[in-house]
Amino acid sequence: MSVDPPPASPPPDYLAAGVTVRSWLLTHDHKRVALLYLFTITAFFAIAAVAAALMRWELLTPDADLVTPDIYNRLFTLHGVLMVWFFLIPSIPNVLGNFLLPLMLGAPDVAFPRLNLASWYIFLAGGLLVLQAILTGGVDTGWTFYTPYSSTYANGQVMLMAAGVFVAGFSSIATGLNFIVTIHKFRAPGLTWFRLPLFVWSLYATSLILVLATPVLAITLLLIVLERGFGIGIFDPRLGGDPLLFQHLFWFYSHPAVYIMILPGMGVVSETIACFARKRIFGYRVVACSSLAIAVLGFLVWGHHMFVSSQSVYAGLVFSLLSFLVSVPSAVKVFNWTATFHRASIRFDTPLLYALGFMALFTIGGLTGLFLATLAVDVHVHDTYFVIAHFHYIMVGGMVMAYLGGIHYWWPKISGRLYPEGLARVSALVIFLGFNLTFFPQFVLGYLGMPRRYHIYPPEFQVLNVLSTAGASLLGLGYLLPLVYLTWSFFRGPPAGANPWRATGLEWTTASPPPERNFAESPVVSGGPYDYPEPARE
Amino acid sequence: MNLAPTCPSGTPAHGESVNRLGLWVFLATEVLFFGGLFLAYAVYRAAHAAAFSAASARLDFPIGTVNTGVLLTSSLAVALADLAARGRRVRSARAWLVVAGLLGAVFLTLKGFEYHAKFAEHLVPGPGFAFAGPPPAELFFSLYFAMTGLHAVHLLAGLGALAWLWVRLGRHPTGDHTGAVELTGLYWHFVDCVWVFLYPLLYLIPPAP
Amino acid sequence: MIASPVLLAWATGLESASSISPRVDALFRGLLVAGSGMAALLLVANLTLLIRYRAGSRAQRGPVNLPVNLIEAGWIAATTVVFVAFFAWGASVYLDMERPPAGGVRIEIVARQWMWDVRHANGRRELDTLHVPAGETVRLELSSEDVIHSLFVPAFRVKQDVVPGKVVTTWFEATRPGRYRLYCSQYCGTKHAGMTGEVVVLPPAEYAAWLGRGDASGEIAARGRAALVRNGCTGCHSPGGTVRAPVLEGLHGRRIPLADGSFVLVDTAYLRDSILEPNRQVAAGFDPVMPSFKGIIPEGELLDIIAYLRVANEGTKP
Repeated sequence: MSVDPPPASPPPDYLAAGVTVRSWLLTHDHKRVALLYLFTITAFFAIAAVAAALMRWELLTPDADLVTPDIYNRLFTLHGVLMVWFFLIPSIPNVLGNFLLPLMLGAPDVAFPRLNLASWYIFLAGGLLVLQAILTGGVDTGWTFYTPYSSTYANGQVMLMAAGVFVAGFSSIATGLNFIVTIHKFRAPGLTWFRLPLFVWSLYATSLILVLATPVLAITLLLIVLERGFGIGIFDPRLGGDPLLFQHLFWFYSHPAVYIMILPGMGVVSETIACFARKRIFGYRVVACSSLAIAVLGFLVWGHHMFVSSQSVYAGLVFSLLSFLVSVPSAVKVFNWTATFHRASIRFDTPLLYALGFMALFTIGGLTGLFLATLAVDVHVHDTYFVIAHFHYIMVGGMVMAYLGGIHYWWPKISGRLYPEGLARVSALVIFLGFNLTFFPQFVLGYLGMPRRYHIYPPEFQVLNVLSTAGASLLGLGYLLPLVYLTWSFFRGPPAGANPWRATGLEWTTASPPPERNFAESPVVSGGPYDYPEPARE
Repeated sequence: MNLAPTCPSGTPAHGESVNRLGLWVFLATEVLFFGGLFLAYAVYRAAHAAAFSAASARLDFPIGTVNTGVLLTSSLAVALADLAARGRRVRSARAWLVVAGLLGAVFLTLKGFEYHAKFAEHLVPGPGFAFAGPPPAELFFSLYFAMTGLHAVHLLAGLGALAWLWVRLGRHPTGDHTGAVELTGLYWHFVDCVWVFLYPLLYLIPPAP
Repeated sequence: MIASPVLLAWATGLESASSISPRVDALFRGLLVAGSGMAALLLVANLTLLIRYRAGSRAQRGPVNLPVNLIEAGWIAATTVVFVAFFAWGASVYLDMERPPAGGVRIEIVARQWMWDVRHANGRRELDTLHVPAGETVRLELSSEDVIHSLFVPAFRVKQDVVPGKVVTTWFEATRPGRYRLYCSQYCGTKHAGMTGEVVVLPPAEYAAWLGRGDASGEIAARGRAALVRNGCTGCHSPGGTVRAPVLEGLHGRRIPLADGSFVLVDTAYLRDSILEPNRQVAAGFDPVMPSFKGIIPEGELLDIIAYLRVANEGTKP
């Protein structure tokens, strides 16, 4: 990509532009908002991870010997709610997306900077409501809030928890809106749609889902609160209401939300593979359009969460077929990434290791998704550990690997410093092994019939559960390592320079860390993305 | 929500187009927000047609009809305010905003009377609900209160926006307010549109054969 | 390689004990073979390319004219065809699972927090155990008294959510006598993990004998009634009690006012709470004088009492 040369003496970078707390809390700079999100979601991740650790320890033995059933039920609810809405959904979009989108577009900021900051405050308010719900007794409904359990029978702070998620939803909507308008209106001159980096395409698809699906979740949670708190029954079977209507509304959001939790990861993987293979992504246009295809088809498959719910057989058939079809664009992405390696010149730095980890784990997650889309098989493995393993392969194996890969890839840009490469490679390996040891046994457990949300289980399942818990310990260690060395690097790491990876993309044409307004003058784009020189000449 | 953009090219036209796209995207989320309720309505109306018909008969048809007229007229006033703002006739624009705001207030007041009557007649869902008819009637009233309540909240926000606009026009009588008036108007029309669907769905259900 | 643990479990693992389970297993194996094949193919392709084209290797590089559109169209078409084939296979088995054969044994199961209340055709009842004949179609008519539950028998590959407000039917034909685990697989509250049981498959003759061994309706209820007396509950909770306390019979399923002005539905959960923590939600018009029976009444008796109160209610419902 050819770009006007940067000026000789750049203005101070965004980190140096102000060091007071006030300058952070009132910032309109998308890069600082990204870092505010980074700290917040790391804290939520830590809390949710502790809950997961407690659950895994409880599951070491078949009996209930660490926590009571009520505590266990609160733990998995807390784990699900925090991980889904307060870590995974904001992870790549709000941290990496916020930081990179304007940089990749050659813009000084997002379209609505104040709305961007407001979205963080809304997010924080939602998170605090959820924390309050946890501290004042917790919630035992599971993150799915199924009625009539949640509206009538559950103990605990269901209303507070639902209110927290409801509020956080508006932060998602604000971010999605901001991204859509930014991508439409703030592209640098010459940056046409098919010159956009694939990460931007994935964020665009994600934003469409955020904007169109989140309000449905909001209204659904509002109805739960009305029913539970004010007796305004909407789903109550005693009045002729239908609990399945709740499930339809809930999954109309929550299935597309699964793609919020994977599309941005796919975008990150495309960027890193292009950079470390030093090649344009094979089938760029197909990969870009597949993101949109996933976003659109993703809205039409929610009913596959309800194959055994007593919904109509014909609905089951349609949703099953569509679920198979939505897997096609995902598979196509994996094929295209593989083909990109053909005649490439590949360097195995940490970001690529994470991208390869993503490809492996996402492939397993995707293939087992086909098992679940198959009606007759789903009846058997539905609501068992098979499902748990499947969606952790997508969300943790996929999204978290991509998130960590992206954090490493753009770390020099974010912090202006290099991280310790050797340690980072070891951590990536530990995380990959720990992850597989944790979740692969759960496929087998599920096939053998261990239902989810059980804190006690028949003794024949113990060996596999012990394996899984051992893996979780390794995984926890793996997650701690980057936290430690990235913190160190932020203050003490060697300076990175503007473009340590010699990558293409507008974000690498400005200083590291970038100045407050990103570019001294608006860049002009005259070529496609990933315009790497011929590998042979390297 | 402040929609002031950072505009790289710095032209007002670009800034306006940014705000306009932002508002349309926002309205799209609003459609989906109400969409959940409309879906619930459709499902239950299909399942419990007779109960819905019986329950709908207890709504205050005259108030609902008058309110429809009131709200449609307010939209006209907002459109006239927009026209005036385009012609830089700020005084006239402010006057039309006041008319629209007053009509909005009339709508909410009438709605308040209607709600009060429902409380008095024990038609508010919950433990005190008393309706001589099939139980799914309570679902109708749940939906009635959820849908009209949510609509009223949106209308209240619209009144706030009109007031903000009125103050803004008063403070800077010579400025260009085309964009702000247009966007506020779009929102107001949207809220009006929602009512255009709510009115027939809730008030105009024919009696069961 | 990756699939080997699954293959191991599959070889040694789960019993197959219903007419439908071999067909589900065949489908599962088909998916396993196709999925493992695809994973292996990707693994080999990626490893080969990654090694061959590592930076600094001598492999030939430079532009090559590949028919990109043809390749893309090719793998989009190929995956679509394979996926739709599996859809069709899965759907055909599913349709047979959803269409019960005519005739057979009909059993009603009422699910409630946290038990399976089984009622056989002749009135015999059992809790958390389901006796069925081998080789015959068994139709289960499932209903729930409170929240959504799900009946799951892994050995039969059967699972069906039980949704309150309607009766849901499922069926199976057990092929081998034996004892099989039964779970609730839809999260239903505190003791969800305890809502398990056993399916006992008997040869038809033995099943008939078992069924005939007594009309057991009211067995549990009678135990519950006895437990009420034994624990001294009826001392207060009866029309002529020493302390003024609500009469319990006929309360279940009603919405009653509480001392704090709110309302509560008397369901299993409320009855249970009222026995274990009686002063948390006191009925309007009564003094909070009842002691807690937490740790005094054993779990089994508690269930019996609640079961009795539920049944005692049935006669009084309009």
